[in-house]
Amino acid sequence: MSTAPPSRTPGATPGSHAEVTLAANMRRARRVGFATIVIRESSRIMRIWGQTLVPPVITATLYFIIFGNLIGGRIGQMGGYTYLQYIAPGLIMMSVITNSYGNVVSSFFGAKFGRHIEELLVSPLPNWLIVLGYVAGGMLRGLLVGLIVTIIALFFTHLHVEHLFVVIAAVLLTSVVFALGGFVNAVFAKNFDQITFVPTFILTPMTYLGGVFYSIQMLPEWAQAVSKANPILYMVSAFRYGFLGQSDVDVGFSFAIMTLSVVVLFAACVWLMNKGTGTRE
Amino acid sequence: MKALSLRQLCKTYNNGVQALKGIDLDVEEGDFFALLGPNGAGKSTAIGIVSSLVNKSSGTVTVFGHSIDTDLEAAKSCLGVVPQEINFNQFEKISTILLNQAGFYGIPRPVARERMEYWLNQLQLWEKRETISRSLSGGMKRRLMIARALIHEPQLLILDEPTAGVDIEVRRSMWEFLRRINEQGTTIILTTHYLEEAENLCRHIAIIDEGRIIENDRMSTVLRKLQTETFVLNLRGPLRGTLSLPGYRVTAPDETTLEVEVNKDQNLNEIFGALSAVGGEVVSMRNKANRLEELFMRLVEGRDVGSGQPTAPPTAQADA
Ligand SMILES: Nc1ncnc2c1ncn2[C@@H]1O[C@H](COP(=O)(O)OP(=O)(O)OP(=O)(O)O)[C@@H](O)[C@H]1O
Ligand SMILES: [Mg+2]
Repeated sequence: MSTAPPSRTPGATPGSHAEVTLAANMRRARRVGFATIVIRESSRIMRIWGQTLVPPVITATLYFIIFGNLIGGRIGQMGGYTYLQYIAPGLIMMSVITNSYGNVVSSFFGAKFGRHIEELLVSPLPNWLIVLGYVAGGMLRGLLVGLIVTIIALFFTHLHVEHLFVVIAAVLLTSVVFALGGFVNAVFAKNFDQITFVPTFILTPMTYLGGVFYSIQMLPEWAQAVSKANPILYMVSAFRYGFLGQSDVDVGFSFAIMTLSVVVLFAACVWLMNKGTGTRE
Repeated sequence: MKALSLRQLCKTYNNGVQALKGIDLDVEEGDFFALLGPNGAGKSTAIGIVSSLVNKSSGTVTVFGHSIDTDLEAAKSCLGVVPQEINFNQFEKISTILLNQAGFYGIPRPVARERMEYWLNQLQLWEKRETISRSLSGGMKRRLMIARALIHEPQLLILDEPTAGVDIEVRRSMWEFLRRINEQGTTIILTTHYLEEAENLCRHIAIIDEGRIIENDRMSTVLRKLQTETFVLNLRGPLRGTLSLPGYRVTAPDETTLEVEVNKDQNLNEIFGALSAVGGEVVSMRNKANRLEELFMRLVEGRDVGSGQPTAPPTAQADA
């Protein structure tokens, strides 16, 4: 058997035909590289579906039964909708947040821990593309779980959609924000405790207090003010606005916050990767 | 064309350890290069910097003319690395690991599959392609990492102790394999603690100790520099007097063993003569180590030629 001839790229002078081909090759290589990360992430989600997909579905179902059916029946209407209809967007958003975050934090930290992150670090893929690949993986799981929770919600109630575009934009942006957040967490994490700390002690309380189960208008003045410092409130509210057409906060402002978070967090992730924090000695 | 060029490369780890203290190194395209040095010398650190796994403190690295500071992607595409420690996902199948690796280098799946088949066959792992990598033996894991480093057919292959913990038969077949891909044009840099391996395979050699390069030359030149050889003489009984061998460095590990260094201008007859004079009867004799090993020890320990009196232990002279 003979060795396949190595595909070696010769140097190219600027503007030449060779340079154009080089650039095209690089674009193609990056596309393939990105797709490879996404495929690897999705097969990880599917391989360990018992950890990635089943628990959030069970949790959401319990919420719908307990809060929606059992307790919700006694709460009565919230802004003209049943309590179940009111919390459904919040519960969907909560599962998108936890799963986008959780997927990236555990996958990237796992890759650090198992050292196979080195495969990516040694490869010619630029850091921003590695970040994007992991974010895509996080979005995939977040949105998949969000979709499953939505389907479960439909077993319990009718979901009215007022502004479809707002629903989609809000869920996509939120998913990106928390996938990026999970990435930052994983970069700094030195052990498994540190990847559960943020979700348990920061993310979950903030989500619960971010208006998933109630309207902040039910809170006293000071508590409303405190709530408005919680970014998750804006995401949940925007998402719920897409469904119900009513919101605790200004929706335009919500989108501004989400977009800003995406930009800042993405820049932070790429900067951390370039610097080698947590990944290179 | 230089496959690799390091200039004044320094690395100080966060804990203050100065692992590299200004390394200059050139490896020509097509070379088979050995990087030797005792544990903790800085070999893996140097390789880590070249492969972007360790941040350098200062200095420059160029791979086939591409600086890792200004042209990192191009430098990385020329490079394949087999690390010292296992670093693939132990829960993935061999085929998955290789196809993903190819993907990270932008190789489309159909091409990746062909190459995977080729390299797995070359490394006798094709039958294992559907195995979860965790369940491979240690030697197979090393070969998997070699296949992984070659799937994008790099111009420069760097192997950090590829034969550590590998049985003799597999080691020999790995040598054959490396020699073959070197002949086909891949530049190879190898670290090893088996000096026989370096002497067998490599044309150039650098020895690094405590973060500095202390020797860097053609293998043949380096070996020629070795002016002396050490012989181990086994005696039938203890000597009856003080051995007098001016100009020779003699040590006596025990009463009936002598180690004598002989350089090019000296001869063994003189030794035997001096031994006979004090009633020494030589029953057997052998070379202490292979030549490279000897040189290595000498460079790393900084020894020099002694007085010719046995130095240790003192009992060797007790009868005087
Ligand atoms: N991550 C690290 N943090 C701090 N110090 C380190 C780190 N890695 C290596 N060192 C130190 O740097 C020095 C060089 O280590 P290196 O691993 O490069 O040696 P080596 O030549 O590869 O040794 P070996 O033959 O044992 O593999 C050693 O003193 C080591 O303790
Ligand atoms: Mg080492």
